Order: sequence, then C-alpha cells, then structure tokens
Amino acid sequence: MERSLLKLLEQDARLTDKQIAVMLGKEVGDIKKMIEEYEKEGTILGYRAVIDWDKVGNETVSALIELKITPQKDRGFDHVAERICNYDEVKSVYLMSGGFDLALFIAGKTMREVAYFVVEKLAPLEFVTSTATHFILHKYKEEGILFAPSKEDARTNVL
Amino acid sequence: MFDVNSVLSERATSLKPSGIRKFFDILDEMKGVVSLTVGQPDFVTPWHIREAGIKSLEEGRTYYTSNAGLLDFRTEISSYQKRRFGLEYDPKTEIIVTVGGSEAIDIAFRAVLNTGDEVIIPEPCFVCYAPLVTMCGGKPVSLPLEEKDEFKLTPEKLKSVLSPRTKAIVLAFPNNPTGAIMTKEDLEAVSEVIEKTNAVIVSDEIYGELTYGTKHTSIASIGNMRERTIVIGGFSKAYAMTGWRLGYTLAPKEFTVQMLKLHQYGIMCAPTTSQYAAIQALKNGDDDIEYMKAEYDKRRRLITSRLEEIGLRCFMPYGAFYVFPNVSEFGMTSEQFCERLLYERNTAIVPGSAFGECGEGFARISYAYSVRHIEKALNNIEDFVNDLRK
Repeated sequence: MERSLLKLLEQDARLTDKQIAVMLGKEVGDIKKMIEEYEKEGTILGYRAVIDWDKVGNETVSALIELKITPQKDRGFDHVAERICNYDEVKSVYLMSGGFDLALFIAGKTMREVAYFVVEKLAPLEFVTSTATHFILHKYKEEGILFAPSKEDARTNVL
Repeated sequence: MFDVNSVLSERATSLKPSGIRKFFDILDEMKGVVSLTVGQPDFVTPWHIREAGIKSLEEGRTYYTSNAGLLDFRTEISSYQKRRFGLEYDPKTEIIVTVGGSEAIDIAFRAVLNTGDEVIIPEPCFVCYAPLVTMCGGKPVSLPLEEKDEFKLTPEKLKSVLSPRTKAIVLAFPNNPTGAIMTKEDLEAVSEVIEKTNAVIVSDEIYGELTYGTKHTSIASIGNMRERTIVIGGFSKAYAMTGWRLGYTLAPKEFTVQMLKLHQYGIMCAPTTSQYAAIQALKNGDDDIEYMKAEYDKRRRLITSRLEEIGLRCFMPYGAFYVFPNVSEFGMTSEQFCERLLYERNTAIVPGSAFGECGEGFARISYAYSVRHIEKALNNIEDFVNDLRK
C-alpha cells in the first residue's frame, strides 16, 4: 500500500486525493493523512513538473561535472558535498563509485556562465583536486519521461 | 461475360459485415475525438521483448519454424501455463502456435464442426465466433447473458439452449465486452451440465492474465473438462503484443492432430520473429504482466467510481479492460446513444449491440487509456448524460 501510493505520486503528483483513494481502494481521509505524514517525515520532499524549456524558447545550458575530491579528515565526503550543495547553480550532487568522486549537474544561462562557475567557484575549492566538465547537448529522457513523446494514438479500431 | 456476383461463396456473402464498422467509419472521419473505443493495450510491448525479436532478426532467424511453432517456444508455453494456471499440456503433441488467438479460434471450430452442427455462443461477446462457425457450415446459437447475472454463463441458461445437435460451447471469459469473469465455482456449476453432453468447449482465455482481485481459472482445470476442451491463449493482451499476431491452442492430442493439419495447410507457421520475442516474454515477462495489470486495475476502479457518480449503472467487472454500463434509461438504442455522444461531445464509446442483440442497452468503455484521458472522456460523458436528464 505505502509503495503503491508513493509510486502513484511519483508518476503523477497532480492526481487528486480522491482519485488516488479510488484507484487504491482507500478512504480519501486516509490518503490525505498518509500524504501529510510522508511530507512531515521527509519521505516526500517536493512536487515538480518535468519541463522541456526549449519549447518556450527559454534555453538553458546544463553540464555534468565530474569532481575528484580529497576527503576531509573525520568527515569523509559529506562535508564537501554539503558545501557544494549550497550553490544555486548546482542542481544535483551524487557520490559516485569509480573513477571520480562527485557527479554534479549544473545549469546556467550560457556556456560561459557554466564555465565561469566551474573555473571560478568549483576548481579553486581547496579539497577539489580535479574537474571534468561535460556539456549536455540534448535531453532525450529525464526522470523516466521522454522529451519527444509520440502524441498520436497509433492504435486502430479493429473489430 | 464474367459475373463476379455469381462466383462468390454463399457462406461468405451470407456473413453480415460487423455492425460496428459503420460507427468506426464515422469515428475515423472525425477529428480530435476523445475515444475510449480501442480494444488493445495502450502499453507498447516491453522493450526486452522487442529486443529479443530484433536480436533474432540480427542473427538471421528469418526462416519458417516447424508448423506447430518452435519446440523451445511450445515448451515455454507449457511451463508458463503450468506456472500461472496449473494446466499441463505436452509441448510436442498438445500445443500449436497460431497467428493470434483469432486463428486459434478458427482452426478449433474447423477441426470439430460438420454441416449443421450447433455452437452455443454466450453473448455479449467478441464478434468473430458466429461468422467463423458459419464458415464451417455450423449453426451459431446465440445465448443471451444478463446483467443481473453479471453476464456470467449459468447452468440454467446453458441448459435452455442445449440440443442433440450441440457440438460445441464457446466460453470467452474474462469477457470482451463486459469484463465479466467465471470463477472456479461458476465453472464447476456449468461443467456439471456440460459433463452430461458430448459437447466440445472452445475456451477463449486471451484475457486470462487480466483479472482483478482473483486469479483466472481455466475450465480445462475443472473435473474432467480437459478432455473436451480446446483452450485458446495468446500474447496480445497479457504482454501488449497485439501487432505480433501470436496465439496458441492447448488441446488433447486428438484435437491437436486435426487442427495442426488446418494450420499447416492454411498458415504454414506463425511469424518466426514473433515467436522469438514471445519466448523472452514467457521467460522474463511475469513482472511486466503484474505491472500492466496493476495499472489497469487502478483505472478500472477510477472508471467504475466515476460511472457510479454519473449515475450510470454498471456491474463491477473483474476482468479484461472494459466496463459495460447500462445506458438504457435514455429511451434511445445504444447505437443512438453512442452516436449522439460522438456528435455532441466528441467522445467515443462502443454501442453494446455490436456484441450481440443482448448487448442492446449497454455500451463498452475501454480503460486501456491513461488516467488523464479517461477523466477527460468521463467528464464529457457526464456532461452529455446530465444534458439528457434535463
């Protein structure tokens, strides 16, 4: 039950409490309560739309940055990661296995702006030992959502 | 000199074109219709299944398979049926892979019918059974089922149409268009009647994976019904594979030998690519079924709850992906109701009369659509119904 409620919301957070209740065979009141509880305890962290900004001519530049880090004594990578999270330009931060330590997703208005942020803000941090910047050229899919879904229902009525 | 009309088969020309075609022709002409008419899944075949089909092409597997289908495939079908429904069929002698469930139904009838044999067809049902029986020289005997019985076949109803000429009985549950199912108990009750006859059962279980809150039972698993049953299975509904055209028959050897001849002369074998894809479906697709079924179930609850709010009486369907509400209160035929809904609210559902005379007064609504799409269509239906009630 818990999972199916969270999965439904993860798929479509705009469903009404009533729709969710009907679909899961529960009372509306119970659903309301559960969602409130999830929000309070931080299981549900927020609700957002996945937007193709290119469609409204609002072009942004985003990049994936690989960071190599010197872990801090007693605090490992957490302290560094938390510091980096403070920048508004940084949209996501992940600790990675493999050839580098942190992966960041950065968004800016222009390539120059992103480059400036890496060179001026990230690279000089004393615990950052190297950076590699990969600009994102095109988004095909994000959070399980296709950026160019086929709109036509290709099914035909056969009988 | 040549008179084309004089050369056509009387049996073929006697078939009535599907009544619903006219309605679909109107529908196809119109733009921007919010439609809940389609009888196939809205999911695309899961990628790992498609990939298996592609891989088989890359490997150059472009030849015919054996007539009955790849033995590996039949072996997978056999273990799948055992795993999911407890049925046991020998892959070598009791399974034929066909071009969709449709071909399977066709060869089942052709293997058992002689001229004048009666076939009991409980209605409402999918449109293919009666024409296929007719083409075998058989006589379709329609058996109207009722809303009060939740469109199940009851022993009393079955008894009322049995005759010495009854050769076969069609069982199509979970049912298109009603969404009705037959539970184990329901099947036991009718099997007591069937036991006393010499009738064959053609059990179309194409929607067998799509039952909600209860597991599908095959008539072949009841008592000694297996010996007289031809089970029709397929991949279209369970794995969203309609376009791959793949089905199968499960039947005792005596039936299978005859059906295989018809299949081998008429078809040769089912498409090879589809067979390879479907092996993957059977081996690794159980989770896909569960996922899609859970999605349909949510929509089923949503749509029945909306119909209740609108005040359209609808029995709770436990199978397939259709609801079959009663629209008889408005003093129109179901066809008129659906045509006006289409013209006045740009919304399409299928008149129940398309599925047999006893479907009159009902409409079939498919929920193989997204939640948002369903809500939009139901809003339109609500507005339409409210207007009619004014």
